[in-house]
Amino acid sequence: MGSKLKIFLKGVIDVSPLMIPVVPFGLIFGVLAIDVGFSPLETIGMSLIVFGGASQIIILQLFSGGASSLVIISSVGAVNSRHLLYGAVMSEHLSDLRLIWKIIISYFLIDQGFARSNEYFKKNKDSNKYFHLIGGGVTCWIIWQITTFLGIVLGAIIPERLGLSFAIPLTFLALLINDFRKFINVVVIIVSGLVATLGFNIIPFKAYVIVAALIGLLSAIILTKIIKTNE
Amino acid sequence: MSNWALIIYCGLITYLTRFTMIALIKKEMFNDRIREILSFVPSAIFPAIIFPAIFINDAGLFQIQDNPKIIAAIIAVVIGIFSRSIIATIFSGLASYWFLIFVV
Repeated sequence: MGSKLKIFLKGVIDVSPLMIPVVPFGLIFGVLAIDVGFSPLETIGMSLIVFGGASQIIILQLFSGGASSLVIISSVGAVNSRHLLYGAVMSEHLSDLRLIWKIIISYFLIDQGFARSNEYFKKNKDSNKYFHLIGGGVTCWIIWQITTFLGIVLGAIIPERLGLSFAIPLTFLALLINDFRKFINVVVIIVSGLVATLGFNIIPFKAYVIVAALIGLLSAIILTKIIKTNE
Repeated sequence: MSNWALIIYCGLITYLTRFTMIALIKKEMFNDRIREILSFVPSAIFPAIIFPAIFINDAGLFQIQDNPKIIAAIIAVVIGIFSRSIIATIFSGLASYWFLIFVV
């Protein structure tokens, strides 16, 4: 039992530096959710039920633009599809895990925890190593719920002319900073961005996020192919 | 659909993706090519949120002139490339935006 707690705490410590950006992210989410018309209870419910920064922000963005529920839900699915890649990396470390733990861990799974625990799993083969992932996830969960609540409270006093909604594109921009140095990624970013902007009023049902993502991915497939054949 | 139903469906799809990733996906399912393509998913999807939020104004129209968000976003990208810091990227963008709308 001592070892489980120790590994859990190691997860908490390892993920902590990555939690610094989560604080403004959670605050911004809380402020904006109220701003676009969700009630305080719905906002708290979203952080409890969805518990995913990118998913929650895209809900606000599309909700405020008047998108239908179906488009919002499928866009959330598209945003989450980036996690499938992690699965290929993570499954080999968690294959022995009991189903009940897989069900619990799935709720707490976040990008930052994944990154840190993956490093930990590579070095440690302890049978309780998955407590590292839970430690990171629970840490983020607590911070996310508190900052959401503070954001809701702050939202009532922050003046609208501050234009805080601009923090949405900035937050997503920040998630891409490592990709701005890679040529193919930059092309994909520009293609997807242009399709979404030009298609914003033309693509029906506000499905511009999905259409732009698919065309962006298609350009990645073509570009990587061209570069490989030329090598 | 009520807001609560929307929240619950979005929660379900988020949870199911995570569960799929942990419990159903095996390493052998993805060859190198699929893995390579999946690594472009963030670059393909996030700009679809970023660009319209910068270039489309509140009235739903494309706005390139007199748009402080464009300059602020460029500053944020430059700071992001050099600092590699998520926090620095967000705050340099917000600070430049506020500087442009309140001071300039």
